[in-house]
Amino acid sequence: MNNFLAIGLEAAVVLAGLALLLLDLWTPPAQKRSLGYAAAIAVGAVFLASFAIVLARPVPAFNGMIVLDDFALFFHRFFLLAAVLVLVMSVEFADRFENGVAEYYALTLFALAGMMFAASANDFALLFVALELITVTFYVLTSFERRRTASLEAGVKYLILGALSSAFLVYGIALVYGVVGTMNFARIAEGAPVWLDSPLLQAGLLLVFVGLGFKIAVVPFQIWAPDVYQGAPTPTTAFLAVGSKAAGFVLLLRVLFLGVPALGQRWQRLFIVLAALTILYGVLCAIPQRNLKRLLGYSSIANAGFLLLGVATLGREGVSAILYYLAGYLFSVLGAFAVICVALRHTNRDQDDLTSLAGLHERSPLLAATLALAMVSLAGVPPLAGFVGKFLLLKAALTAAAAEPWLYVLTGVAVIGVVISLYYYFRVIRAMYWPAETAAQPASEAIEVSRPMRWALGFCIVGMLWLGVLPDQLLTLTNFAAQSLAP
Amino acid sequence: MESLTFIVLCPLIGAALIALTPRNYNVLFRLVALGTTFLSLVGAVRLFVAFTPGAAGMQFEYSTPWVTSLGIAYHVGVDGLNVALVLLAAVVGFAAACAAHEITERQKEFYLLLLVMTGGILGAFASLDVFFFYFFHELALVPTFIMIGVWGRGERRNYATFNLTIYLSLGALIALIGLIALYVATGARTFDMVELARQAAAHPLPVATQRAIFPLLLVGFGILVSLWPFHTWAPLGYGAAPTSTAMLHAGVLKKFGLYGLIRLALPLLPEATRHAAPLIMILALGNLLYCGLVAMRQGNLNQLIGYSSVAHMGFVFLGIASLSFIGITGAVVVMVAHGLLAALAFAASGYLQRELGTLEMAQMGGLLRKLPFIGTVLVLAMFAGCGLPGFANFVGEVMVLFGAWHGHAVIVVTAAWAALIVGAVYMLRAIRVVLHGPLRERWAGIADAPHLWRKLPFLLLLAGLLIFGCFPGLLTNRIQPAALAVARAVVGPPSVVAASAVPGEGAR
Repeated sequence: MNNFLAIGLEAAVVLAGLALLLLDLWTPPAQKRSLGYAAAIAVGAVFLASFAIVLARPVPAFNGMIVLDDFALFFHRFFLLAAVLVLVMSVEFADRFENGVAEYYALTLFALAGMMFAASANDFALLFVALELITVTFYVLTSFERRRTASLEAGVKYLILGALSSAFLVYGIALVYGVVGTMNFARIAEGAPVWLDSPLLQAGLLLVFVGLGFKIAVVPFQIWAPDVYQGAPTPTTAFLAVGSKAAGFVLLLRVLFLGVPALGQRWQRLFIVLAALTILYGVLCAIPQRNLKRLLGYSSIANAGFLLLGVATLGREGVSAILYYLAGYLFSVLGAFAVICVALRHTNRDQDDLTSLAGLHERSPLLAATLALAMVSLAGVPPLAGFVGKFLLLKAALTAAAAEPWLYVLTGVAVIGVVISLYYYFRVIRAMYWPAETAAQPASEAIEVSRPMRWALGFCIVGMLWLGVLPDQLLTLTNFAAQSLAP
Repeated sequence: MESLTFIVLCPLIGAALIALTPRNYNVLFRLVALGTTFLSLVGAVRLFVAFTPGAAGMQFEYSTPWVTSLGIAYHVGVDGLNVALVLLAAVVGFAAACAAHEITERQKEFYLLLLVMTGGILGAFASLDVFFFYFFHELALVPTFIMIGVWGRGERRNYATFNLTIYLSLGALIALIGLIALYVATGARTFDMVELARQAAAHPLPVATQRAIFPLLLVGFGILVSLWPFHTWAPLGYGAAPTSTAMLHAGVLKKFGLYGLIRLALPLLPEATRHAAPLIMILALGNLLYCGLVAMRQGNLNQLIGYSSVAHMGFVFLGIASLSFIGITGAVVVMVAHGLLAALAFAASGYLQRELGTLEMAQMGGLLRKLPFIGTVLVLAMFAGCGLPGFANFVGEVMVLFGAWHGHAVIVVTAAWAALIVGAVYMLRAIRVVLHGPLRERWAGIADAPHLWRKLPFLLLLAGLLIFGCFPGLLTNRIQPAALAVARAVVGPPSVVAASAVPGEGAR
């Protein structure tokens, strides 16, 4: 019974996905689009239901393969919330799919289930299964606009590199299992003192981190991100940016803190170097970008670097900061993609570059305000969520730096990264509000924003402001969740 | 009404009101902006009057926990260091709202940003919690960027905007790193300034730590204040900024860095401050001399005012670096006086820009005949800038020079020469070129400020300069106890210095 309680939320999402596929059979084609709202409502209900769960202590299930602790619960809610917003976005986007709209929603739900399984994975087998569930659904979701070359190109690139990373991952897991004889994180941690110096185990874990690095888009495994972000349908990109990245971080943290805490200490400098490289690569490559989705792709690489900075601190404070940062990132990035989804609908789709945003504030003040706030939040400026997230990360890094002086260097790199990122985030704002410089007259007709979309945008704005101005509640939650990993 | 929270929240609530109003109620936006800044002004004046001079410690304190797990609290309060700055911010905020009538496009966004900026500035100076101190400053800084970008003027507007954005953000972030490092180093688990100062007095930080953190604060805050050689953003940015933005930024927001240095760096890092004082003196001379000389060569009135405003910052740094009680008091007086002066000068130049469409001084001349009121204002502002007795600037500058005289006579002589001679040269030359001489025909149609309402911001700022210039006791009596505490924390009674120096040396 315990077993099924522990995966109740995941099961509900999977059932919702199956029900959606069945409903599709009886829904007349004209109304298939609105099935997305049904899916969003179902996911929203699961999200609310998750607050009924109160954990006195972590609930292990399926022989320790799954553990439902506060950390898992935090991410369950995170993914559910992201999925609701992505589904609303998908309905907006659905008129661009030729057919299979309901499948798109269902696949989104299955990807969501994968992410939720990842959040409570306590075993390499489940880690792999959850990641594959996410990745395989995303292969389809990225290439869903199957008559558009850019979408197909994105799908193929994601497929090839994703398969490669899965191969790394599986090979690494095999090596770890070969050395330790178990896949369970807790049992690996118990046996770690004996096996820690084994080069085979280290090689195996390194390969596992390579596999996870692909998901997170950490340098040097970031190469796919900009192309896929640019080509994929916008809701897919949004889910990829928030959900898939967060799932990668969940697993990284789980392996690092529960599986091999001692090895983490030894590899701290590796994480520091990777974080610094990722930040610099992301911000420097974002500077010349003209395409908004591509720019956000590079920005997501830079943000992976900032999050990795939190990982490199190897402490509870760092984990708590990561969770907070991700929550702020969710509202900011989904807000931005929602605007792209609606505002750039009428422009030629492969040219959704910055100039097509010109005059957006006159066509729809709400869209312009949301995108501006999202950019300001991503840039890390008060009173928005991004500021508190960056503040917590920097504070965690400086606190941990007393023990590891390299973190001072990383903090310096992070500051440089933030300053450079201001340039390209503000360029987006300039594109919307500044008087136009080009001779070409931008489109001037007002943009209609549907009511659910308006609610979603409002929700993102409120979320950004709430996390920026009243950090106390969420911070208590993230501290609590971080305790599950690093007591 | 004397509540600091009320003063800070008024403009922010106004901003929220504007955000929720449909966009074509232009008159309403202006009324809301004027009304809320006026309420803040009334509150700040009453606060200033009700403030007990000569008493040590914080007054009008209010504190409520905000983020308990980090030790962040919403804690506001004033002592001698910031009570006048809050008043300054409220005065300039109201004056800037008055001067904003020049904006005719996208008024909703402009007034919204203006009120956010004013609220942020007031909050930054009222906060006694390091987190909120920084939070409010950033809240005020970002509207500056957007206002310059959207409503700015000049061909180099875009360049100026990005230059300013990146330069100032870099400064703010370096300062943030310094502040977080300070928090981590004290181990106090609180961001409360009063508590941090108490901790630092009881257990001074190791000298090595102090010397590591101080440069971060000096460079970070220094960039924000346009400390030479980090000043290049200032004339560029002010040249491109709309009038109200330039008034608020040059007048008040810029003082944030100076206030941060006096409030945090000096008492918390005394050893490092003593060590760095000679360096700061040299940099201050850089401001006074170098920027003064550059100002002499400017052909554009806004550039000239911008450079002279950078030059005046040298006095404040000189006062801080003197580490003496009189010097620090003088530094605070200069901050207030220069805030009023800079706002006044930019308001006047903004008026000229709107009437003439240019600020190239070579094209002006004889304007005093057509603009008796604005011309007089400009003359008085220039006199105040030269340090003429009767204006508040004179009081502050003299105190700074007195405070620094002991042991730094050469520097004081140079500074006085730089400020008085160089300053007089460019200020008086500007008066001659702009206001005197024959009037050009093309300016025959320009008009002076038509009625009292338009004159109000100028009168208000001038009144401030003259009142504090003629009755400096109003300021100095309030500043003294706090300045004394800072000076004691840095230099300390001789016995304390000897006792604290010994373990510090040992730790090294």
